Amino acid sequence: MKALYLLVPLAPLFGAILAGLFGRAIGRAGAHTVTILGVLVSFLASCWIFADVLQGNTFNGSVYPWLTSGGVRLEIGFLIDRLTALMMVVVTFVSLMVHVYTIGYMAEDPGYQRFFSYISLFTFSMLMLVMANNFLQLFFGWEAVGLVSYLLIGFWYTRPTAIHANLKAFLVNRVGDFGFLLGIGLVLASFGSLDYAQVFEQAPTLAAPMTLICILLFVGAMGKSAQFPLHVWLPDSMEGPTPISALIHAATMVTAGIFMVARMAPLYELSPTARSVVLVIGAITALAMGLVALTQFDIKRVVAYSTLSQLGYMTVALGASAYSAAIFHLMTHAFFKAVLFLGAGSVIIALHHQQDMRRMGGLQRYMPVTYWTFLLAAVSSAGIPGFAGFFSKDAIIAAAGQATIPGAGFAYACVLACVFVTATYTFRMLFMAFHGLPRFDTAHPPHESPAVVTVPLVLLAIPSVLAGWLISYFVEVESTWAFFAHGFVSAPFWLALAGIVTAYVLYRLRPDLPKRIAMRLGPIYAVVERKYGFDELYAWLFASGARVVGTGLWKAGDQTVIDGLAVNGSARVVGWVSGMVRLLQTGILNTYAFLMLFGILAGVSWVLWRFWP
Amino acid sequence: MGALTLNHFLVLGALLFSVSVVGIFLNRRNVIVLLMTIELMLLAVNLNFIAFSHFLGDLAGQVFVFFILTVAAAEAAIGLAILVVLFRNLATINVEDMDSLKG
Repeated sequence: MKALYLLVPLAPLFGAILAGLFGRAIGRAGAHTVTILGVLVSFLASCWIFADVLQGNTFNGSVYPWLTSGGVRLEIGFLIDRLTALMMVVVTFVSLMVHVYTIGYMAEDPGYQRFFSYISLFTFSMLMLVMANNFLQLFFGWEAVGLVSYLLIGFWYTRPTAIHANLKAFLVNRVGDFGFLLGIGLVLASFGSLDYAQVFEQAPTLAAPMTLICILLFVGAMGKSAQFPLHVWLPDSMEGPTPISALIHAATMVTAGIFMVARMAPLYELSPTARSVVLVIGAITALAMGLVALTQFDIKRVVAYSTLSQLGYMTVALGASAYSAAIFHLMTHAFFKAVLFLGAGSVIIALHHQQDMRRMGGLQRYMPVTYWTFLLAAVSSAGIPGFAGFFSKDAIIAAAGQATIPGAGFAYACVLACVFVTATYTFRMLFMAFHGLPRFDTAHPPHESPAVVTVPLVLLAIPSVLAGWLISYFVEVESTWAFFAHGFVSAPFWLALAGIVTAYVLYRLRPDLPKRIAMRLGPIYAVVERKYGFDELYAWLFASGARVVGTGLWKAGDQTVIDGLAVNGSARVVGWVSGMVRLLQTGILNTYAFLMLFGILAGVSWVLWRFWP
Repeated sequence: MGALTLNHFLVLGALLFSVSVVGIFLNRRNVIVLLMTIELMLLAVNLNFIAFSHFLGDLAGQVFVFFILTVAAAEAAIGLAILVVLFRNLATINVEDMDSLKG
């Protein structure tokens, strides 16, 4: 089995190396063949392992001792349990679909081989992250996915916006990673080990600053999973190619933070304070980012804010100790969000890189496959009973309702309100892009995308509809059917329905209303549309703040201390001393003679006094 | 009035030396006076040499005096020659005017 475990991450790595280093030699077809084969092998192996884990065969062991330093063993090891196996299947499946989709989406791009190399490398990194059995390997995967994310956001490196976006993503993630690294350091200091099993075993008995550890680790998760207030990088990351937005910035990488907290569940269970923080942050993210999605017109940005909001849901579930519900939502979200993104991408290529929803409309007739898959994903995302999103979202809402830690009431209100918001912005997007009259140039009608684009859409739409029925694998329910039936009489269903109706009224029946509402809301709308001004705040606080600090250091430190005291100061001291010595050089002979005599007298006196017997 | 002892001579030498030192300091006008006081210093030293030579019975001291006298004569000659050139150039032999080494 160990060889199979190794095969899972190494197959995509092999593909990435081949496509990356020998891309020119193997050509475009060669590049996508090797990488897709690598990920396919990885996917099949993951499915095999998943089936094996369901039989009860878990694994926790080291594969390769990396180094030993002062009693700390750093190892490459795998921990294969239900959580890991599920993540492996989700990651490799979405990655495989995105690989196939990329053939169509990037067909005309000169960086074809490079792109395939990057996404395969990403798959490898993400698998290393989820399969880790120790904090260091987790951190390795964590940083590696961050690096690939950086490379892919800036994939079109000649666009200044892309370069700014990837720099922003990297910098914001550094903030989170700093907290994460401090957390890992504190774990090592407290437990003397980085191995999950050993840490979790000692955690309940050892007096460690558990709340601090948990919050620091969560800061890392906030960066990677784009939680408020470190969420600013995710919407900008949409500068990257759409397959990347689907794979990295919706389905897999951004869920790394959720996965990590779920993996650290034994630690978080020891600190209700940390869980309260998680709960409140998640609730704020879910509602605030959902509201922003209502105001955006770039189709990819709407999906991006929707991703932020859904990540907020998962975080709420983590805070409410419903780790499996979080992972459940992670999985269903990975599927339906991948469909939404890839569907948006399909629209974007059909309209020749037009992303503004005000220039779309009526696409339903031109792109039926994209439309139907998009519709299914939208319904799933809105949480209509029977679809995948319903099961996971209801599980989270139920968990938030039952939680008793401080902040639970606030979180419950937020997630309930967010159900309405989610349904509204999802269907707003659907109505604006696919319904109504075309607002683009109908002289050149768009065509349905090629099969390499639509097949992944269909394949991903299937689990985004059906994955919910696996609920019993995650959450304790009396019966899946009862849960399903109960969904029709609970508040979230009616809220979602109200959201859809609202979107229908606003964007189909009375398209003039949204503008008037926006006018009426005035400043509130402006604040939300400008994403609560976080970009401006950070630009002001950190950019100008750094400038103020830098100017201060330059003036006080460099000019005053180093230049003033050290460099010019020593020169000035030498100048002053020489000025004093100059006074002795009178140029008058008598003085010299006197000094000479005085010197001899002093010297002789000293010798006599010292050496006279 | 007792016999002359070594101390008398040493005190006389020291007095001569002191006179010449004071001469150097008090004289601010004339370079020739400076040369003369230096000459006097050398004579004070010579007196010491001779006194020691006589009282210790060692002629080497008196031989030394001849060397010193020779050197002093040569020095006086060179000093006066320099002085003449100096006067030609500066039209003064005032000590206080010769301060081009002032820092």
